[in-house]
Amino acid sequence: MALSGIQIYKLLPQTNCKECGFPTCLAFAMKLAAKQVELSACPYVSDASKAQLAESAAPPMRLVTLKSNGHEIKVGNEVVLFRHEKTFYNRPGIFIKVRDDEDIQAKVEPAEKFAVSYVGMDLTVDGFAVEATGDPDRFVAAIKTLRQISQRPLVLISSDAKVMAAGLAVLNGETPLICGADANNWEAMADLAKANTPGGPPPHSGGHGQAALVVKADSIEALADLTEKIKGKGVEDLVIDPATKNLSRLLTFSTQVRRLALKKNVRSVGFPIMVFANDSILAAQAVAKYGGFIVLDEFKPETVYPLLVLRQNIYTDPQKPIQVQPGLYEINNPKPESPVLVTTNFSITYFSVANEVESSGLPAWLLVTDAEGMSVLTAWAAGKFDAERIAKAVKTFNVADKVSKKRVVLPGHVAVLSGELEAELTEWEIKVGPREAVDLPAYYKQVLV
Amino acid sequence: MPIEIPKDKWPGSVKTITLGANSDGGTRTSVVTVGGEKALPFMHFEAETPYRPAVAIEIKDRKPDDWSTPLSEAWGDAMNDPAKWARAAEAAGADLILLTLSMTAVDGSPNTAENAVAAVKAVLGAVGLPLIVFGPGNAELDNALLVPVAEATKGERLVLGICEDKNYRTIVATAMANGHLVSARTAMDVNLAKQLNILISDMGLPLDRVLMDPTTGALGYGIEYGFSVMERLRMAALQGDAMTQLPMIVTIGAETWKTKEAKVGEGVPAAWGEWRERGINWETMTAITLLESGADIVVLRHPESVKRVKAAIADLMVAA
Repeated sequence: MALSGIQIYKLLPQTNCKECGFPTCLAFAMKLAAKQVELSACPYVSDASKAQLAESAAPPMRLVTLKSNGHEIKVGNEVVLFRHEKTFYNRPGIFIKVRDDEDIQAKVEPAEKFAVSYVGMDLTVDGFAVEATGDPDRFVAAIKTLRQISQRPLVLISSDAKVMAAGLAVLNGETPLICGADANNWEAMADLAKANTPGGPPPHSGGHGQAALVVKADSIEALADLTEKIKGKGVEDLVIDPATKNLSRLLTFSTQVRRLALKKNVRSVGFPIMVFANDSILAAQAVAKYGGFIVLDEFKPETVYPLLVLRQNIYTDPQKPIQVQPGLYEINNPKPESPVLVTTNFSITYFSVANEVESSGLPAWLLVTDAEGMSVLTAWAAGKFDAERIAKAVKTFNVADKVSKKRVVLPGHVAVLSGELEAELTEWEIKVGPREAVDLPAYYKQVLV
Repeated sequence: MPIEIPKDKWPGSVKTITLGANSDGGTRTSVVTVGGEKALPFMHFEAETPYRPAVAIEIKDRKPDDWSTPLSEAWGDAMNDPAKWARAAEAAGADLILLTLSMTAVDGSPNTAENAVAAVKAVLGAVGLPLIVFGPGNAELDNALLVPVAEATKGERLVLGICEDKNYRTIVATAMANGHLVSARTAMDVNLAKQLNILISDMGLPLDRVLMDPTTGALGYGIEYGFSVMERLRMAALQGDAMTQLPMIVTIGAETWKTKEAKVGEGVPAAWGEWRERGINWETMTAITLLESGADIVVLRHPESVKRVKAAIADLMVAA
């Protein structure tokens, strides 16, 4: 359990020596409780107190890291239930499942090569899940085939410890996720997670085995029982699987687990959640509502693309909208007579406009105004995108020196600014463009040419 | 080991609102009731969810010039006639219809009150579902079209929109005079939403005749703002802030099908995948995300999306 300031105070020397930088031990304890200082600032705290405080300071939700040659994915360690309270930190992993009796190459290759560009970022899947159908040799062969195509992190799926051991042996030196332990096989699976490399985990690894382990049960109580037992064997990198594809059950489970971990500090369920998704709606729910590792039955670009975009959106920091640098951008080699299109520096706004103009092949100057990273309407409503700011951008970026035809095009949503802008930019012609970026090429051809 | 599940106890609740009427001038054969939540979406272990979220299908008073091909393929000829289109929407599973009036007639001349009233009456005559009527989204024209519509349909408990800061006085006044509801739209901001609700309430329209449209961006185009603003509005409502205790409506179809991903099928990266299914995924994934952040009415455009979203809602309404 997280300790209160008073509880922490009782573990401190209570000498008010001030060496930590605070006037009293109580003040320091309060800061510790708020997680605003490190315990190491106190030179006199006893080892016994240290151990007790370290336990209470451990993150309420375990960070689970999977590794393979050159790839790494971290999941967990979330600190809020709602992204507006702070932010969601570690994006859920998105994995594509393949059975060991399927055509591995046919399914894995397109997913491995898949990369889609979204607001200047290349989005890809995170890895693959290989499911055993029973025969250890077939499992091993499938993993080997997959490793010739992809080096991304893997999830191995089998409830048979012998089959799992054979598969794990192929992945020496990696940290895969093995799936998994249930009430019947948990001891054998825990041993495998711990001892994936000969000799078991390195000493003092703090419970980091060589594989993370999925624990499956159909109730929160049963899961908590199992994770406690497995932790008792020294395996702490766990992922919990509620064994359901039902939207309602998964939503309830995920919400309850997140609350127990964050609000009640129940360590036995403070782990990322495993979701096996057979359709795009379930996968989307898992992205928005607390999924940790999401394994998709199928690889379809038309599903994976929106899913990756949703993940990108939900996991942006609400305090810091993704921005682009304000400035005058050249699109399709504009000439002095090309038009000046005005927009804001919110990344999605910028890319919507830039992509449209770029793909139309029409040359233009894109004047990106500093609107504190907000979209056109939001920035306008907040007073961050007005005639004054636009005029300032025109001057700051020396637009007049670049163009022969002094003509700026405003986004249609802020048509209301055109009068004020005429007053600010007396020598310029002010035009009102379309509201949506998608209509820009048509507008350009009709009005600007 | 026994684990006690933490339950949120909220002092407030969302107002219950009924759309459509079957008496006192109303001719609807079915009505839709939404709202009444006493907990966050689908948290059945904390409180009963009295009404399931409703799915509206958006149609237009004439065949739109700029709708995406997957949409025109799905609706076919029905798009040429609002009555036929409404019947097709009903057959596709709509709980209610949203009729958006066009900015112009086919020949480019401004839409007229006569045409708007005729289209609304045609739809009311064709189906018994409750109806939401949106103007073209230009405050002046919205007023010019919606006032005659409201007067010609007195007592139907239509929802009139878009009711925003620029035109709320006119829309609210005609809703009050003719027994209708309004849909209050603000731009993805908790305080703007509250402020408009206060202004509407100050005019004397009871808040159980107001839907709140916080607007959203589609997936990839600002959905995270819609998501968080709706979560915050719903939490404020449950905490007892009366001016946020309104059911929320979001026009997901309109946002989705104007994105390049849904609208455009040629000259796009191969990694975008198959066009029609991509558009439907764009719409359904936006819908599920916003339903779970508090949407009470989702307005969609593609019939296949409607089918999938209704199935998801049915699943979510069953206590786990």
